[in-house]
Amino acid sequence: MAIDVDTIRKVANLARIRVPDERLAPLANELSGILSWIEQLNEVDTDGVEPMTSAVAVSLPMREDVVTDGGDSAQVLANAPAVRSGFFVVPKVVE
Amino acid sequence: MTALTDLSLAEALEGLRARAFSSRELTAAHIEAVERARALNAFVLETPDKALAMADASDARLARGEAGALEGAPLGIKDLFCTRGVRSTAASRILDGFTPPYESTVTENLWRDGALMLGKLNMDEFAMGSSNETSAFGPVVNPWRSGGSNRPLSPGGSSGGSATAVAARLALGATATDTGGSIRQPASLTGTVGVKPTYGRCSRWGIVAFASSLDQAGPIARTVTDAALLLRSMSGHDPKDSTSLPVEVPDFPKFVGRSVKGLRIGVPREYRVEGMPREIEDLWGRGVDWLRDAGCEIVEVSLPHTRYALPAYYIIAPAEASSNLARYDGMRYGLRVEGPTLSDVYQLTREAGFGDEVKRRVLIGAYVLSAGYYDAYYLKALKVRRRIAEDFHQAFEQVDALLTPTAPSAAFGLGDNSADPIAMYLNDIFTVTVNLAGLPAISVPGGVDAQGLPLGLQLIGRALDEGTLLSLSGALEKSAGFTARPERWW
Repeated sequence: MAIDVDTIRKVANLARIRVPDERLAPLANELSGILSWIEQLNEVDTDGVEPMTSAVAVSLPMREDVVTDGGDSAQVLANAPAVRSGFFVVPKVVE
Repeated sequence: MTALTDLSLAEALEGLRARAFSSRELTAAHIEAVERARALNAFVLETPDKALAMADASDARLARGEAGALEGAPLGIKDLFCTRGVRSTAASRILDGFTPPYESTVTENLWRDGALMLGKLNMDEFAMGSSNETSAFGPVVNPWRSGGSNRPLSPGGSSGGSATAVAARLALGATATDTGGSIRQPASLTGTVGVKPTYGRCSRWGIVAFASSLDQAGPIARTVTDAALLLRSMSGHDPKDSTSLPVEVPDFPKFVGRSVKGLRIGVPREYRVEGMPREIEDLWGRGVDWLRDAGCEIVEVSLPHTRYALPAYYIIAPAEASSNLARYDGMRYGLRVEGPTLSDVYQLTREAGFGDEVKRRVLIGAYVLSAGYYDAYYLKALKVRRRIAEDFHQAFEQVDALLTPTAPSAAFGLGDNSADPIAMYLNDIFTVTVNLAGLPAISVPGGVDAQGLPLGLQLIGRALDEGTLLSLSGALEKSAGFTARPERWW
């Protein structure tokens, strides 16, 4: 399926990646090329086939609901771009 | 005496235990080799001080007779593995300066067994690529050159730094990861051995996530025995990774050298693709002959959905990547680019932090997961994935392993495929099926082409049957007698 510039703009917004205007058309072109190559999947008969959601046939294990870790706020914050008084500093969310 | 950097890992371990040389001497020789090889751009961070400190600790343990299985062996670590106190970037600008306060389970296992780290290895950004050209640190240059030419070649990717460091004798072995072929394709293009274990064999904890249902860590080494030694240490159940398999780790090195007589080897007819270079087809034929001579029975098998593996992969992997990479929001770690609103900060940070291929895949992922397209693309791909896995299950009712070429070409020039994403994706045509099915596979050097460039053969096995693959790889290694090595120009 051909992807147009509006779709790229919408998807870029969903992915929170700014795309400059001059890149919209080339990206639409590239992604259209990749997706039309992917369309060959429609040749495969998948009626009644269960989607494969895991590479291994084991169910996810459960663990005890207990604290195993913690008290490491200094380490958690160590790589943050901005920190104040033991908190992440983020841009204003609510006016 | 052989240069210390020319020893195999197994030989080096033997020399260390016999006290023929110290880990400090062995490590210093490798540090010197790393420093001389900067033209290859294999390392994104050299950690010589850490390496020597770890070597001294190993020498002390060796002196006390407390040597671990890899005691004193200097290795390179792909920059996708988080290493405590050592910058780990996944070769992305968005993680520039990120210094993890924790250690990945796989590297922790290696240090537990006495190995030591020379530094962090270059790779495609977030492991997305087949040429190492998407790295924020620039491409790795393959140590191999094409018959007398100076043209720089790609070592493949995404584990291009790992393969190059091992091929150029900068490290005795390296960690790598494989989501669609990222261990095996670079191993093939550099004349090294690469093992992609069964999904769940090695813990993914502390490895920067790309596509979580496909990612698997494994070793790159110069011999099959070396790869088996590394795999034994890297493997093992880890409660911190919910998909890590609670199974015992076999004594992998013991499988190398075992007779392969009577094993049934499948040759899948769908891997004979149009346009495959004659030399690769010939090598494949020689591989079949070698295994037949070793007592294997050769059977032609069919994996009818092979050609759909790459298109299915290019839905599933980007979908998982777009979800996994949502965490890079500029708030808690990594790059932040300031802007007028919160949404601007996200958008500007991700625009500046991600390279073109990563953006392309995140956008494809967001598209195939978006309302209205989920069923047509994502769900369809998951159903095709099951078809591909079923092909293998059926084949393994008749045979014990499959033999194929690893990659559709020898090493190609840097820049040759970078303009066309699909041409680049086709590099993984023989490797990606295995990731979708979660199976183990090994690439073994089989020979060189007319230009003197290495070509690999791939063995694919049943889930958790790396042992049989190692025995077969050992047989191929012995028959191939691969002794070619890149001539040092760096």
